[in-house]
Amino acid sequence: MISGFVFRALEGRIVAAVGILLAIGILVPALNLLTPADSAIHIPTYAMSLFGKYLCYALLALALDLVWGYCGILSLGHGAFFALGGYAMGMYLMRQIGSRGVYGNPILPDFMVFLNWKELPWFWHGFDWFVFAMVMVLVVPGLLAFVFGWFAFRSRVNGVYLSIITQAMTYALLLAFFRNDMGFGGNNGLTDFKDILGFSVQADGTRAVLFFMSALMLSLCLILASAIVRSKFGKVLVGVRDAESRVRFLGFRVENIKLFTFVVSAMMAGIAGALFVPQVGIINPGEFAPANSIEVVVWTAVGGRGTLIGPIIGAILVNGGKSFFTGAFPEIWLFALGALFICVTLFLPRGIVGTIQHGFRSRKAYKAAAEAEKGRDAQPSVAQAAE
Amino acid sequence: MTSKVPFRVLQSLGLLLCLMFSFAAPSFAQQTDPRPMIDALSKADFGEAEKLIGQLAATGDARLVPALNAFSEGDLYFRKSDNLVFIGKAAGSNYELIDPVTGASAGQAAKNAVTKIKINNSLRRVIRSAMGGLTLLSPDRGVRLQAADAVLRSPSAENLELLETAISKEADREVKARMEEARAVSLLSSDRSIDEKRAAIATIKNYGGRNAIGILMGASASLDPSLKADVDAAIASIESGQRLWDIGQNVWYGVSLGSVLLLAAIGLAITFGVMGIINMAHGEMVMLGAYSTFVVQQLIRDNAPGLFDWSLAIALPVAFLVTGAVGFVIERGVIRFLYGRPLETLLATWGVSLILQQTIRSIFGPTNQEVGNPSWMSGSFPVGGMTITWNRMWIIAFSLSIFVALLVVMKKSSFGLNMRAVTQNRRMASSMGIKTPWVDAFTFALGSGIAGIAGVALSQIDNVSPNLGQSYIIDSFMVVVFGGVGNLWGTLVGALSLGVLNKFLEPSVGAVLGKILVLVLIILFIQKRPRGLFALKGRAVEA
Repeated sequence: MISGFVFRALEGRIVAAVGILLAIGILVPALNLLTPADSAIHIPTYAMSLFGKYLCYALLALALDLVWGYCGILSLGHGAFFALGGYAMGMYLMRQIGSRGVYGNPILPDFMVFLNWKELPWFWHGFDWFVFAMVMVLVVPGLLAFVFGWFAFRSRVNGVYLSIITQAMTYALLLAFFRNDMGFGGNNGLTDFKDILGFSVQADGTRAVLFFMSALMLSLCLILASAIVRSKFGKVLVGVRDAESRVRFLGFRVENIKLFTFVVSAMMAGIAGALFVPQVGIINPGEFAPANSIEVVVWTAVGGRGTLIGPIIGAILVNGGKSFFTGAFPEIWLFALGALFICVTLFLPRGIVGTIQHGFRSRKAYKAAAEAEKGRDAQPSVAQAAE
Repeated sequence: MTSKVPFRVLQSLGLLLCLMFSFAAPSFAQQTDPRPMIDALSKADFGEAEKLIGQLAATGDARLVPALNAFSEGDLYFRKSDNLVFIGKAAGSNYELIDPVTGASAGQAAKNAVTKIKINNSLRRVIRSAMGGLTLLSPDRGVRLQAADAVLRSPSAENLELLETAISKEADREVKARMEEARAVSLLSSDRSIDEKRAAIATIKNYGGRNAIGILMGASASLDPSLKADVDAAIASIESGQRLWDIGQNVWYGVSLGSVLLLAAIGLAITFGVMGIINMAHGEMVMLGAYSTFVVQQLIRDNAPGLFDWSLAIALPVAFLVTGAVGFVIERGVIRFLYGRPLETLLATWGVSLILQQTIRSIFGPTNQEVGNPSWMSGSFPVGGMTITWNRMWIIAFSLSIFVALLVVMKKSSFGLNMRAVTQNRRMASSMGIKTPWVDAFTFALGSGIAGIAGVALSQIDNVSPNLGQSYIIDSFMVVVFGGVGNLWGTLVGALSLGVLNKFLEPSVGAVLGKILVLVLIILFIQKRPRGLFALKGRAVEA
């Protein structure tokens, strides 16, 4: 049954995408490690880390696409799940520093010594154990999503209201994590990492493995998302997006469907955050900023929501653009990003991948069918009304 | 404020006081000539200097104030040749010497011809209380009031006799009351009789206030044990009175915060509440309003400084028109293509907000701009045990009047009628000949314009920077959602109750945690009542 579930996921596009991702995941670290630094095909470590960061963002965008593109829940708080996953990883990395910190305390991280704390807070226990930390990467965002979704979906908070309260959620977490007595390093966050599983975080080899892990996790999550979307459950999911009341009247428990998807998506975002932190070397409350979460939405929208592959492309393109612009013309970046938001919503509502797919399909279809499609577009569709 | 006749009475009173002191002051001055005492400072160590300052204070000669002031600033020097002390002011490479008693110029001296008289913090404290004593006899009412306050802040037994003299001469009721308070406080640390101290405690108790508790607590350690019960009773009585005022003050702060929230949210109540547009650029409209105020003030400063007190009144229509026009353009250029797709509207308007922010940042720079307070907005006045600042007072009045004005426009004007018709049933309104696209555009412009007006008010209490709007956007949405979408009264009640709730949580859990708690409470509240406090009922809900 499980093989059937996975097998269905492996439709042509997804196979191609996974193939490309894994190829990148192997090739880039190989070119970084095996070629000499002066070779033409050598990839410098900073470029590999940068691209590894993009892959994490792509995973975050994929997670958002699952809830937004297929379930119609526009979460403006996915950055919170990402950051929580990141903090779980960060706590593991902090514990690995041991007595090499500035204050040399074998148990307490530097910021706790600085705050004059005498012992480790209860929620820091266990994070010196990698497996536990990795479980927490999934559990903490998943639990938050579960509690939040349990209340929200049960009382049928949806559409814009849901978006606004998810934003309030991440904003509240932002304020909370800025507090020093929360025990997460206040506004400096967690940084100065040394080791992961005994390997130095700075070493090229570790970075190469982290890069490969990012590509691998992205591929796995892509397959999982595709499997969910293509299963029978996925059809109901799309039904919830397009006509929630109708699905409810057909006897489905809409709130449970939404809750499941939301939790899975939050866990994916947590994984993305956990891979992000060792590659970037810091996690601070800034990741909770509502603006970050909204930016994730634009990556997804640019690539094409409801396409799974689109968000990956969108995240990489937009972040590549951001790196380029903020380096070359820092003044222009916000203009460009703002214009991107407006243009995509006005002129490219399906996103890049969605538009290509759409064009591809209509060329194949009969002319009459294309006419009918056009006629349907002129009317506000059910999907749009349901939003 | 004051009508002319009482003012004239005050003037003549002041004149009378001046006359009194012109007779009184010399009588002090004649007792001792302060000059030798000042000159003695040149050879005194810190301990001796302290005594000298005490003697200087005892002369009650108000002419000594500048010299003492200079001493505590480290501007007092003595001439090496004759050990005479002067106030020195740097004038090029030389010092200009000023006679410490008469204030007359005494020529210049090279820097190496004079030596600075050393000062430390404990001496400064002595000087402060000495000056408080001296200025108690000043002919200027304001100076006497300040002096009494200074003694209150750093009471010392040495001022006691001077205070009593000053009280016996004082005619102004307010100043006299303040002096008596100061006397009571100073008396606690003196060696007067227990009965007198008991009376002083009673006096302090009657004045009340948070400072009084601090004073009594500070003094209770050094007081005679027999007075302990009196002190405790006084503290308890002040505290119980203070508690009521504290609640009042909290309510006031809460209403004040609520009015700020109301200002920020009221434009959103139109664009989001009435039209259903998720306008993420709303905060930037507030920011544009604040920058309009800044520009108007700059123009007034450069061209007509006399009009500065009117700058806010001038900025109001300017901000309304500027932000209204920007809102109009946004609606026609972007939003009208996105009706019926609220989530897309959210993204597009977020894009607009980024562009607006960056535009302002490119023009004015990323730093905070200085927006001045007109004179009628600065200062404060006491009401019982709480203080009320004028700018908060005006902002509350202002936000309420905007609310009322908006309510009138919505309910009484033909534009408001059209607006409501279009929201309730767009197609029917269109069939009745209402130009719905124009109503949409102007409604959005109205909402934006009101956000701009809010910006004028908020520029008075917040930093005017390109990020100004960002800090309000989430709060505004919370207020509108909490109060109930599509209902102006809901926005009013929502804003005020969130403001008061916030301020009541603050003292017990801290500002940040209070804010987090409020957010969590709102999130929980929305679960319970997804449509807010004042939900629209019937068909409009599903629209």
